[in-house]
Amino acid sequence: MSGFMGHEPDGKPGQPKTVKEWVFTLDHKVIGVWYLIGSIASFVVAGLAATAMRIELGSVGPDITDNGDIYNLWLTMHGAVMILGFQIPALLGFVANWAVPIMVGGKDMAFPRVNAMSVWLLWSGILLALLNLVIPDSYNGMWTGYPPYSLTDAVGNTALYSSVVIILGMSSVFGAVNLACTVAFMRCKGMGWFQMPLTVWCVFTANVIQLIFVPVLAASVLLLSMDKYLGFGFYNPEVGGDVLLYQNLFWFYSHPAVYVILLPFMGILFEIFAVSARNDVFNYKATVWATIAFIPVSSDVWVHHAYVAGLPDWLRLLQTFTTLLISLPFGLLMLSLTGTMYRGAIRYTGPMWWAVGAFFMLIIGALTGIPNALSAIDYGISDSYVIMSHFHYVMAVSGGMAIFAGVFFWFPKLTGRMCNSFMTKLTAAGFFIGMNIVMGPLYFAGMEGMPRRYMDYQMYADNATIVSAQHWSTIGIYITFVSALLMIVVWLHGAIAGEKATSANPWGSQSLEFTATAIIPGQGNFPTPVSVPEGWHPYNFIDNPKPEFEPHPGHTGGHH
Amino acid sequence: MKFKSLMHKVMAAMLALPLIPSLAHAFQAAPARRADYNGWTPHEHWDAVWHETMLDITVLGVVFAIITIAFMVMYVRKGHGERGKLPSLTNQAKIGWVVIPCMLFLGDDLFLYVKGFDLHNHYREVPTNAVEVKLTGSMWNWNYVDVNGIDSDNELVVKQGTPVVLRMVSDDVLHSHYMTRYRVTEDLMPGRITWQWFMPDQLGESVATCREYCGTQHSGMYGKIIVKSAADYDAYVAEQTASVPSVTGVAKAATAADQI
Repeated sequence: MSGFMGHEPDGKPGQPKTVKEWVFTLDHKVIGVWYLIGSIASFVVAGLAATAMRIELGSVGPDITDNGDIYNLWLTMHGAVMILGFQIPALLGFVANWAVPIMVGGKDMAFPRVNAMSVWLLWSGILLALLNLVIPDSYNGMWTGYPPYSLTDAVGNTALYSSVVIILGMSSVFGAVNLACTVAFMRCKGMGWFQMPLTVWCVFTANVIQLIFVPVLAASVLLLSMDKYLGFGFYNPEVGGDVLLYQNLFWFYSHPAVYVILLPFMGILFEIFAVSARNDVFNYKATVWATIAFIPVSSDVWVHHAYVAGLPDWLRLLQTFTTLLISLPFGLLMLSLTGTMYRGAIRYTGPMWWAVGAFFMLIIGALTGIPNALSAIDYGISDSYVIMSHFHYVMAVSGGMAIFAGVFFWFPKLTGRMCNSFMTKLTAAGFFIGMNIVMGPLYFAGMEGMPRRYMDYQMYADNATIVSAQHWSTIGIYITFVSALLMIVVWLHGAIAGEKATSANPWGSQSLEFTATAIIPGQGNFPTPVSVPEGWHPYNFIDNPKPEFEPHPGHTGGHH
Repeated sequence: MKFKSLMHKVMAAMLALPLIPSLAHAFQAAPARRADYNGWTPHEHWDAVWHETMLDITVLGVVFAIITIAFMVMYVRKGHGERGKLPSLTNQAKIGWVVIPCMLFLGDDLFLYVKGFDLHNHYREVPTNAVEVKLTGSMWNWNYVDVNGIDSDNELVVKQGTPVVLRMVSDDVLHSHYMTRYRVTEDLMPGRITWQWFMPDQLGESVATCREYCGTQHSGMYGKIIVKSAADYDAYVAEQTASVPSVTGVAKAATAADQI
């Protein structure tokens, strides 16, 4: 393996200096930063779409648009870009690339060139997705792309949708192979599987899920375009196809995709909780096995997205049960998170504020998921605001806050500077309160029957609960909007003019990315190959032996 | 396995709590109902199960949140050098902390599953005296044709106390027929016939909306379910069938019956 374009992997601190070095980099950390920039840009676009929708829904009747197509474009962009452009790239891009290789003591990802290809595929996908905002036949079929609507002309450009999903899927698969190999083969000397930080375990498991399920998604959307443009009939009932085939294929990937997001962001929470409480993770090994258990458990629950789609009753009842079983591994993860604080020595740093916010959103989101698992309960709330509020709590907001917690946590390692601590906490509080005002009332609107994906709700204009919930929710979005904007300002200020980090380990972590690197880790991450002694554990805060640096006889910095 | 520390006791107590709603349910008087759920409509049944589920998750959530908050307050770092003192678990304790919580979660899951199964059967077993209505969804319209051949858009008139089963199909894309009052949703799609039934128990109007995204006017696709008393309903049928000798309507209904 050779070539770090213009860089020698000598472990010297600092980011690349020239534009060429930034663009043609094969360094996993710089690639991680590219993922982060892409995902934050996606967050901004999708967040603006959310704000516009929320303002439109503030009262009955048109507020800022009366054009259903424009509203549906915002809606499609919000969902697709938040999931495919923001969360997955932030977690399986930024965290997986920037943090995981250093955490396992590797000098880079297993395949740096494949890694570069993954990130640029992601950027092509994001740019292609953004084109949707300017092309005349913009795609408005939601991120789910259900046929037969997605086979009609009314939906707009289905090929764009298929292409974006396939390109992002390829990026994910390359990234997943790379990450799995990195974790399996690039761990430093002495680091066993059960000595890896939980962030690594969670990202690893999520990538295994990606490897199993993404190809199914890619195939399902490819068949969609073949149906629409080449006259095939996989999903088209007019020529003998079946619309339900798509729903089965799509959710066979897209429910596991929820855990692809959930697991890594819980991994971030574990890291921040343990470091902030300077405490061992409660029942570490069981937590690891619970993480692994998500792979089989997530594979047999997709029908709960289609309880009302006319599937056979036995299938609905079977998957009601398998869906409820998710509570077992998930409950163990939640127990471990709370248990990690037991008799801890908790320090409430900026990242910890964000992590605690994420954790409480996760508690609400997880519990509101339980009723939805029952097929019969779903008959009353399917595709309502109950569902929408639930997944925003459990995945969107909780995941988003955990991602931001992670960004604040690793920020000093990215920039060599610290974010303003007070402002970090203020934005965390603002975001948390704002999102609760946005999503809390909508749960009650959903109980009254308010459906998702509506630009207006004139049929419920005399329902006081729905009308006032919509009103409060729109007030909440202003608080969230200001907080998110401030958060980005805090990052920019921190990166440019923040206080310089005085320590390579500002939070007191035991993990290698803090204990064995420079303030800003350089090419190759470690000055010389690192190893961990026997008995080393990432969450041992009491008597952890120090990682060792071994002068490597053949190591001159190059890999020729 | 021994519960040595306070944490074990507290958390064990917390994990037992999901069972409280099930115990409470076990001791409460069972609502009067027969195998055909006579006197208990699916939407009343739904409300009852929803209420119990909400109670279950509320208790679980409040207790979990209180314990978490207590830990967060109690274990704030005091000195600069203070470290966490999580007791190390014995191997039995490690296994116990997996098996016992999992059994409790499973117990709660099974409790809810049984409730859901029963409710599911209620929704999916059509009473023998149900009258059929053919529902065709299209962008962006609900078309109802009842057994009397009354063909109407976005308005369905039914008789109080007589269960109604909708046989549904879509002309174009996916739609989903949700009746706010009757708490029942089922998708409509081209190429397959789906069904749902409901019991019109109260006089008056309620809203039926589309719950599957179907394009520009998705949020404009809604209708009314109007429940009339037996006398009013008969008058309505007589008026409709007299003023509109709806041959096409009857034919449509007949076709619907053939298809099914």
